[in-house]
Amino acid sequence: MLKTYDVIVVGAGHAGSEAAAAAANLGSSTLLITMDMTKIAQMSCNPAIGGIAKGQIVREIDALGGYTGIVTDKTTIQFRMLNRSKGPAMWSPRAQCDRMMFSLEWRKQLEKIKKLDFFQDKVVDIILEDNMVKGVITQMGFTFKSKTVILTNGTFLNGLIHIGQTQINGGRMAEPSSGGLTEKMFNAGFKTGRMKTGTPARLDGRSIDFSKLVEQKGDDNPGFFSYYNSDNTLEKQRSCFIAHTNPAVHDTLREKFEFSPLFNGTIQSIGPRYCPSIEDKVVTFADKNSHQLFLEPEGFNTEEYYINGFSSSLPWKVQLEALRKIAGLENVQIFRPGYAIEYDYFDPTQLKRTLETKLIENLFFAGQINGTTGYEEAGAQGLIAGINAALKSQNKEAFTLSRDEAYIGVLIDDLITKGVDEPYRMFTSRAEYRILLRQDNADIRLTEKAYNIGLASKERLDRVQYKKKAIDELISYFEETSIRPNDINEYLTSINSSPLKQSYKLINLIGRPDISINALINSFEPLKIFCDQFKSQRNDIIEGAEISMKYQGYLIRERQIAEKIIKLERLNIPKNINYNKFTSISTEARQKLGAIKPETIGQAARIPGISPSDINVLLISFGR
Amino acid sequence: MSEETICAISTAPGNGAISLIRLTGPKAFTIAERIFYSRKKNFVLHQQDTQTLHFGEIRNNDIIVDEVLLAVFKKPHTYTGEDMVEISCHGSVYIQQTILHLLIKNGAQLAQPGEFTQRAYLNGKMDLSQAEAVADLIASQSEAAHKIAMNQMRGGFSHELATLRAQLLQFISLIELELDFSEEDVEFADRTQLKKLLLNIEQVITRLIKSFELGNAIKNGVPVAIVGEPNVGKSTLLNAILNEDKAIVSEIAGTTRDTIEDTFNYAGITYRFIDTAGLRHTTDTIESLGIERTYQKVNQAKIVLALFDARDADTKVISELESLAQKGAGDKTVILVRNKIDLLQKETKPLNHPLLFAQVNLSARNNQSVDVLLETIGQATYRDALENNEVIVTNLRHIEALTQALEALQRALDGLEKGITNDFLAMDIREVIHFLAGITGDEISTDEILGNIFSQFCIGK
Repeated sequence: MLKTYDVIVVGAGHAGSEAAAAAANLGSSTLLITMDMTKIAQMSCNPAIGGIAKGQIVREIDALGGYTGIVTDKTTIQFRMLNRSKGPAMWSPRAQCDRMMFSLEWRKQLEKIKKLDFFQDKVVDIILEDNMVKGVITQMGFTFKSKTVILTNGTFLNGLIHIGQTQINGGRMAEPSSGGLTEKMFNAGFKTGRMKTGTPARLDGRSIDFSKLVEQKGDDNPGFFSYYNSDNTLEKQRSCFIAHTNPAVHDTLREKFEFSPLFNGTIQSIGPRYCPSIEDKVVTFADKNSHQLFLEPEGFNTEEYYINGFSSSLPWKVQLEALRKIAGLENVQIFRPGYAIEYDYFDPTQLKRTLETKLIENLFFAGQINGTTGYEEAGAQGLIAGINAALKSQNKEAFTLSRDEAYIGVLIDDLITKGVDEPYRMFTSRAEYRILLRQDNADIRLTEKAYNIGLASKERLDRVQYKKKAIDELISYFEETSIRPNDINEYLTSINSSPLKQSYKLINLIGRPDISINALINSFEPLKIFCDQFKSQRNDIIEGAEISMKYQGYLIRERQIAEKIIKLERLNIPKNINYNKFTSISTEARQKLGAIKPETIGQAARIPGISPSDINVLLISFGR
Repeated sequence: MSEETICAISTAPGNGAISLIRLTGPKAFTIAERIFYSRKKNFVLHQQDTQTLHFGEIRNNDIIVDEVLLAVFKKPHTYTGEDMVEISCHGSVYIQQTILHLLIKNGAQLAQPGEFTQRAYLNGKMDLSQAEAVADLIASQSEAAHKIAMNQMRGGFSHELATLRAQLLQFISLIELELDFSEEDVEFADRTQLKKLLLNIEQVITRLIKSFELGNAIKNGVPVAIVGEPNVGKSTLLNAILNEDKAIVSEIAGTTRDTIEDTFNYAGITYRFIDTAGLRHTTDTIESLGIERTYQKVNQAKIVLALFDARDADTKVISELESLAQKGAGDKTVILVRNKIDLLQKETKPLNHPLLFAQVNLSARNNQSVDVLLETIGQATYRDALENNEVIVTNLRHIEALTQALEALQRALDGLEKGITNDFLAMDIREVIHFLAGITGDEISTDEILGNIFSQFCIGK
């Protein structure tokens, strides 16, 4: 007789791995079931973590005690802070990673977790009793019982790969898909749909003429994702390369469109608009003669390159022919062609804020099966599902994040409130309070919350508390300390900033757009001495203080706007409301409210098609 | 407890003997203190006892707007459960609107439909069954408010707002493009382009605010001229109209009304009669000078009532209309009024003339069909508004939204000037969009912005 687990996680991708780690670290006995133990946290698409909005999510995962940041830092082959020229809310860390090391490192981290068991098998059925989940059944005929189950099947549910007219059942290239589960869920009453995504070819670096490409190096002072690593440095980096398509490439592709499953009607499902295939780009932007492509190395010690921007499902010979018309790729060989994949997803409006399904108690969904795309989005959902499955199995209160606390809050709220009509990816513009949701302050925003539920370690908490205190001290120093013209005018003149006529408070000087704390440290010894007392996280402290002082007005205003709107979030709507009795709300709005079952008035207000007057009616009815 | 202080006219719309304006919220007393002046020495409003009544003046800077009675109600024993001030003023629309405008200028916000009651409920002043009735009321009021707004938005104004929205969508898309897709191979807007777009938007909003501003319609009334020979019943008609209105119009210092008898109110709009000498064909030099003056006056009017005896021959009417047209009434809204139908043996046929907006047959003496004339004047005003892209019904809520939008826009312009980065610029633009959406109910969602970006720029790894 096998033991009954607290949490079973089905799938060990980015969502499943974070979910399993979080649940086990919260003290729940956890079983992670994957079809292939060698493919844990596989990077199915490009070998990179982070980027704009996604980098912020990884920082949040780290601040909450997740692993994506730690694993990324250990396997980074190139680091760039994107959007440095924009405001601090836009700074977005992005790392190129060694794909194989990334997967290995994740496995190493997971194996360190005491309460976590593993099993390699395919889950073919889920045990349900009275709309409650009780466990899973595997292909080998084993039954594992549990209090909660988290499904993180990614693109594996009825996954169908297209390369030209060839179709292969699979969740990734050379990996079988998983059938039966969707049908089981459908029969249980879940709404399901099909989505499509794609990936480009992998190239053999030995056949590329890099002299014809533009090199893109990593940052001179590379950063890290994990708040644990802020005092470390990255020793060596590998470069990416930029190539461009041309009319000859486009013509080659166009000639063979009849063989494209995208255009001949084979693929019906929706792909993401922001991640179009090269054939889509050639059609939609026909007047554009050239598209930019990035060649990203797949690891430290491999010649394999990922060609970002050339996702395609054309026959592999067409892909190769077109690639060879690109300057630098005239003799290119491919390791494997690009492909499109169709897979099943579950309408995420069927989920609660904890990612538990509304239909079946103790069953959670996370990752790509919720209609999202991206490792970061998947990891974030896995983390939240893992936390809440563990908390629920321990009869503890749920853990959720709101839109003004984290991108993760925005992500989940968007999914459960609006649903998806294309694979959902995070953008900073989706966050209405993005000035508050920065990569530099995810630890300040979230670590204490995670510590309180027992996920973030004491060490993490100590670090963030030290950082917070130090930032406050540095700001006080700026408020209290004056600088004399003699101490700074030489520097000010050198950067064409108007010199001081009399002593000036540092806080006023830092308000100038062209002045940074680091520049002041170089010219003003007492400040250097003051900053030298920060033995750890020195750069983070200086950055945090500088952002707080420079953008104070905006930060305060954004906080005020958020507070105003967040009030509606605190007004809960009772469960099991019959919206049909609200005759003063339009029929359409009543149907939507009934389908989404918003948990708060604030969430109700964000449902498309719900008017302010509908909200007034709800306010009157439940507002108190 | 709410943060905003809200105000609204609580009595029925239009002119009445007196009118009640309510103000409630945490700053009710502070705001009232800024515009209310008691004649008592050392009078401090917020130190007064609850449920007390005070006599004084409402002033706009130094100009006295009205003498009023002001009632103080302190929380929690008030209708809304929050601090509350009630101002009883004279009932003219002008006074009501001016006081409301002053309250808003001093920090109050115009209440949403049902908001007083909503606060009463939220502060525990009502039970659920009462509240449910209120919910129905709010829904119907919102609908009414929406209908009014939609009516105003037909024609040129809605076109302006649609253009504005499209420009803002484009602007925010360009901003977000540079933020979310900076790694993409697309061309980003330069600052000069952005500034040009913003200045464009500013111009439109400013123009809208101007067109909205407590304009001629309320300040001075819509000028209406009655022209006709002395014996056609001009005075009788004037009296009939004024009686029909039953307006109690107070005398207000500083307004430009000729005499108070000459104004009346219909459907919330004040009309002002321009006195004219009669129209008569004459060879007498002095009298023809008087007639010239009449034509000049006609030129100041927006609406011209061409008054005839119903028994006058059509040929005579047409010839008079022709001369009116020649003298510059061609761009006026002319209503043909045929008086004394009670003396008529048989019905007259309606007259077709390009100059005419409408024809009304009535008997001023018997007060017959005078209401039809008023209704026609109302329609004429409305037509005028649509053709000139002006909005005659001054909607304070719209002004408020537009003014807030303009403030946010100017912050953005200022930021652009100082070289702030796009993420902060976007903050201000989001506010502009938010306030404008308050008028149209048409928010620009992130999905729409992203859709706009994807349709114009080739995004994608």
